[in-house]
Amino acid sequence: MTSILFIEQLLNGIQFGTMLFLMSAGLTLIFGVMGLINLAHGSFYMIGAFCAALVAGITGSFWLALGASLCGAAIAGVLIEILIIRRLYRRDHLDQVLATFALILLLSEGVRWYFGAFPLYLSIPDSLNGTVPIFSEIIYSKYRLFIILMGFLIAVGLYLLITKTRLGIRIRAGQNDREMISALGVDISKLYTVVFALGAALAGLSGAMIGAIQSVEVGMGEPILILAFVVIVIGGIGSIKGAFVGSILVGVTDTLGRVFLPDLLKIFMQPAEATAIGSSIGSMLIYILMALILITKPSGLFGKS
Amino acid sequence: MKKLKTTLAALMIMSSSTIFADGHQLKVGMITTLSGGGSGLGIDVRDGFMLAVKGNQNISVIIKDDQRKPDIAVQLADKMIQSDKVDVLTGIIWSNLAMAVVPAAVNQGKFYLSPNAGPSKLAGKGCHKNYFNVAWQNDNLHEAAGGYANSAGFKNTFILAPNYPAGKDALTGYKRFFKGKLAGEIYTKLGQKDYAAEIAQIRASGADSVFFFLPGGMGIGFMKQFSQSGINVPVVGPAFSFDQGILKAVGDAALGVKNTSQWSKDIDNPANKKFVSDFQSEYGRLPSLYASQGYDTGKLLISAMINAKVDDKDKFRDELRKANFASTRGKFSFDKNHHPIQDIYVREVIKEGKTLTNKIVSVGLKDHSNVYVSECKM
Repeated sequence: MTSILFIEQLLNGIQFGTMLFLMSAGLTLIFGVMGLINLAHGSFYMIGAFCAALVAGITGSFWLALGASLCGAAIAGVLIEILIIRRLYRRDHLDQVLATFALILLLSEGVRWYFGAFPLYLSIPDSLNGTVPIFSEIIYSKYRLFIILMGFLIAVGLYLLITKTRLGIRIRAGQNDREMISALGVDISKLYTVVFALGAALAGLSGAMIGAIQSVEVGMGEPILILAFVVIVIGGIGSIKGAFVGSILVGVTDTLGRVFLPDLLKIFMQPAEATAIGSSIGSMLIYILMALILITKPSGLFGKS
Repeated sequence: MKKLKTTLAALMIMSSSTIFADGHQLKVGMITTLSGGGSGLGIDVRDGFMLAVKGNQNISVIIKDDQRKPDIAVQLADKMIQSDKVDVLTGIIWSNLAMAVVPAAVNQGKFYLSPNAGPSKLAGKGCHKNYFNVAWQNDNLHEAAGGYANSAGFKNTFILAPNYPAGKDALTGYKRFFKGKLAGEIYTKLGQKDYAAEIAQIRASGADSVFFFLPGGMGIGFMKQFSQSGINVPVVGPAFSFDQGILKAVGDAALGVKNTSQWSKDIDNPANKKFVSDFQSEYGRLPSLYASQGYDTGKLLISAMINAKVDDKDKFRDELRKANFASTRGKFSFDKNHHPIQDIYVREVIKEGKTLTNKIVSVGLKDHSNVYVSECKM
């Protein structure tokens, strides 16, 4: 009984982790390549979800909605990069934080002004509704399996993009030495726009996929953004591999901690106390994890020291 | 012709200034959540209140957005009391904001009419003669849910709520009335939207029913994920996760769910009928329970102004205490601690054409007050 529950919770943790990966991959790329702290990354998550809800409302198709979330967030990313972000690369981090924080406020209120303050409806397609048995006894949500699968596919795709393609070589070169690659004739501003749009599109896609089982509302991106920052700090800033490992680690720690800590405390505590203390510590667990990793590896698991 | 216009204008100005001189001028400061997450609730309270006082020239209202942040709410209240010189404060949605604002405001001699938050502290030891709650005490709807669970024959309920004061009030309220066993009790993170882990625990616990208090966006996620999980047990909750603003986002997953509320759009009385149709024609959407609470707050205020000036605090307070207004809920009166005595209904989510909404199935608790009355020394 408990082993079934454990495996199911492990899957939940991995699913949470893959979704975090979609957010943190973009964030870490943007920071690694352009040295930009982008607090507005959560807004692309929101934009993606709203684009998806809009298209799903008109066409009724979930798959078109997913496509719309990718395109919508990427277009928003390109526009925002060209109009605003481009002016921030040479500024110091405090200016970037201020400007991108202002962007959060502008985008949130803009979306609220256009769509209204009430949450929108977005649901999963019928083909992914319900559960599917894995190894006879464990039953698991089809849609969550789909999220895990998408997350892994995108991770592999990003790996191939970074290691095997010309764009990937430029991105890696950009991370190492910005002046040098522009001196070698690479159009650095175009590269930045592409990377920024890629990050935004991934955030938008995860917003749409998660919005379908949670809620599509203004301000949905900010809680995820905080976790994404935790992930990239744990994984090492700028490293896609770090973002992947960090995401899974955070996802699994958070889910398992939340579920099993109260049970663990019940062994030597009153049940009511154990529930209250366990859930409090459970929600702190990822920050404790982050602190422990930073003590042993100050630049993160895969960061360059 | 021009002369006539000028004369008319002058007449109008004169007549309106007579109203100003004779009428009981009253300034209301409304602090509520109008931006960011949870703004749907504040907007509904504001719209309900403004509908109630619409056309009343004796009331002026200043509306400010607290952004759901206690520190901002406190700043706004200070400014409204000190520089805007308001007589009455209202509007706060969240219990933690109410705890930060209300005690200071009422101690400075201002009236506070709560259109939503009803934390137990303000109902019991911390009650105050200038504080009136027009909505409910926080525990009320959950108590009714516990009572409903008994009558529905639930024996083994799994209960969950966010880990913050109102969440604890909620589970306490449910347990106060529920007679069966608990299959499990979980406090979730405030603002959590993914409940895969909790749903797996519900599945493993073998519960025969689920009670949850997850207001706003938290409840949308839970209902959708629960309906996709294939667990086939009934769900009950307070109306906060099934109000008109949220149902559209939950979709058909909410159909048939029983929830408890002090208000429903099909309560059969003239005041409610008028409110529902006026609200729809004014704002083009169906009202929620929050809107009804804002509306009742406005109507209560107007009823007190008929016979008393706000400067005569004792008389005004007595008038408020009478609750001499036609509530959208029908029978409505204040208990000794200035919290409502009212019926709490059990509603069911249904579909009217294409719109999801609620209909009353039974009265959960009749003339229900709250357990904190005895602790209040007023």
